[in-house]
Amino acid sequence: MTHVTARERSGWSAAILLITVVSLVPVLWIVSLSLKDPSTIGDGSFLPTKWSWTNYDGIFKQGIFTDALRNSIGIALISTVIAVAIAAVAAYAIARLDFPGKRLILGASLAIAMFPPISLVGPLYNLWRNIGLYDTWPGLILPYMTFALPLSIFTLSAFFREIPWELEQAAQVDGATPFQAFVKVIAPLAAPGIFTTGILVFIFAWNDFVFAVSLTSTGAAQTVPAAISAFPGASQFTQPIGSIAAAAVVVTIPMVLIVLLFQRRIVSGLTAGAVKG
Amino acid sequence: MSTVAAPAGQARKGMTDRTRSERKLGLMLIAPAVVLMIAVTAYPIIYAFVLSLQRSDLRFPNASKFIGLDNYGSVLSSSLWWSDVFHTLVITVATVAIELVLGMLLALAMHRAIFARGAVRAIALIPYGIVTVVAAFSWRYAWEADSGWIPHLLGLKTDPLASTSGSYIAVIISEVWKTTPFMALLLLGGLALVPDELHEAARVDGATTWQRFWKITIPLMKPAILVALLFRTLDAFRVFDTVYIFNAGAHGTETVSILGYNQLLNRLNLGLGSAVSVLIFVLVAIIAAVFIKGFGAAAAPGGKKT
Repeated sequence: MTHVTARERSGWSAAILLITVVSLVPVLWIVSLSLKDPSTIGDGSFLPTKWSWTNYDGIFKQGIFTDALRNSIGIALISTVIAVAIAAVAAYAIARLDFPGKRLILGASLAIAMFPPISLVGPLYNLWRNIGLYDTWPGLILPYMTFALPLSIFTLSAFFREIPWELEQAAQVDGATPFQAFVKVIAPLAAPGIFTTGILVFIFAWNDFVFAVSLTSTGAAQTVPAAISAFPGASQFTQPIGSIAAAAVVVTIPMVLIVLLFQRRIVSGLTAGAVKG
Repeated sequence: MSTVAAPAGQARKGMTDRTRSERKLGLMLIAPAVVLMIAVTAYPIIYAFVLSLQRSDLRFPNASKFIGLDNYGSVLSSSLWWSDVFHTLVITVATVAIELVLGMLLALAMHRAIFARGAVRAIALIPYGIVTVVAAFSWRYAWEADSGWIPHLLGLKTDPLASTSGSYIAVIISEVWKTTPFMALLLLGGLALVPDELHEAARVDGATTWQRFWKITIPLMKPAILVALLFRTLDAFRVFDTVYIFNAGAHGTETVSILGYNQLLNRLNLGLGSAVSVLIFVLVAIIAAVFIKGFGAAAAPGGKKT
């Protein structure tokens, strides 16, 4: 049915080339900056004229970056696990059980997802300082729930609606309790949706800047985006451009890999949540 | 759990044990999520409102007292607030408008690609995965007069980031680059709902590609377009990261979120800063309400199903 003419083929090739160039140029640019020798960092050439690993050596010798990397990984992973676990249970109830207030929950979580984060920063800053959560991991993980939970509930309830629930009834007929049916039968079927939601939440937490820059201040809890925005140079005579570029590349590599490997899941997760939510 | 109390009048008498236990289980399962969401959003926003009614400056902690709506008066009568609202609107409208067009083209490419579809989708999604701060740094250094490749490429003699228009263009391009894939994905969800048969039928009747796009694709995608516009408009309105990284709001690019941040965390004026926070919240709510009114008119088919 679809007959591809040579002209269509070259048209698509041009479109694909354009999409590739536009998507990749800023990424290649920051990689190139990170590999430039500090003496040539200001030369404005797109590709390094003098290659060197100096910038990478520099950031891994600085506690500020390695601490931030550890905080970013830990905080993003813990936020993802907590949000997905709590949301999976709630989404199961929304997709499966009949109880009052279901629509209210979905509506309220949509409203919460649209909260401007800056509106929460002031009170949290004051509160956290008073109760000792300022500049701690829980001090960031808790506010991440504001956005991670609604996102997870939405995506997961969309996925859970597609699961063949007859299997659960079959298990219950065979004598399983609703809880057993959930753990033994439905959880394995729900795993792909849970994994996809986890990726989306992780990307969100990894990306956050507003909360990180407002609610943390030291290596105890500062994440990479907040840390590199306040980077000092490798020494006091060098500009931080090279260090920032190198740090940026380090936090970007895992994200590019995640996107390339799980492209299909990210597409299905975001489209499912948007269309069916 | 009391927030999701049963609507009265539903057949309470006829409830079997099974329905009752199902309801109980349902409420139990959503309780942690509901409690946590209320704790981390409702409580801070109420606290922000309380703070906004006080003179509360961390530099003068002993001078705190209740002053009613004075902080709101100060904010709303300052030209800084209104010019920041204007800057935010300029960035929001420009990014969302450009993204809608580019996102639609990208969604069509992702949807219709005749070969390498997986590769196209994967590559197009890369900006979505890049940390906003990283994207902003990359674009900032690309524009910078000495170190950047863009001024060299365009043969610019002056520093583009030292001017208002240059700063806006740079910030908007950075935001558009980062968020167009998200817009495209939301639109792609809508595109997938347009049946191919309709296009075939219209093609047989002699409709051009252009006509089919405007008369079939766009009307059927209206709900998806509205959802995408709502998400991205609210997201763009709270723009913070990119502006902060570019110049922290210098050269007339200060947005309302930057203003709130400066009041709260640089000047440590919790009262005024909280008033700004609450006003941003109100503006976001107004934008959302306008869109949701639009949904009612346009989103009847394909909307929420429970």
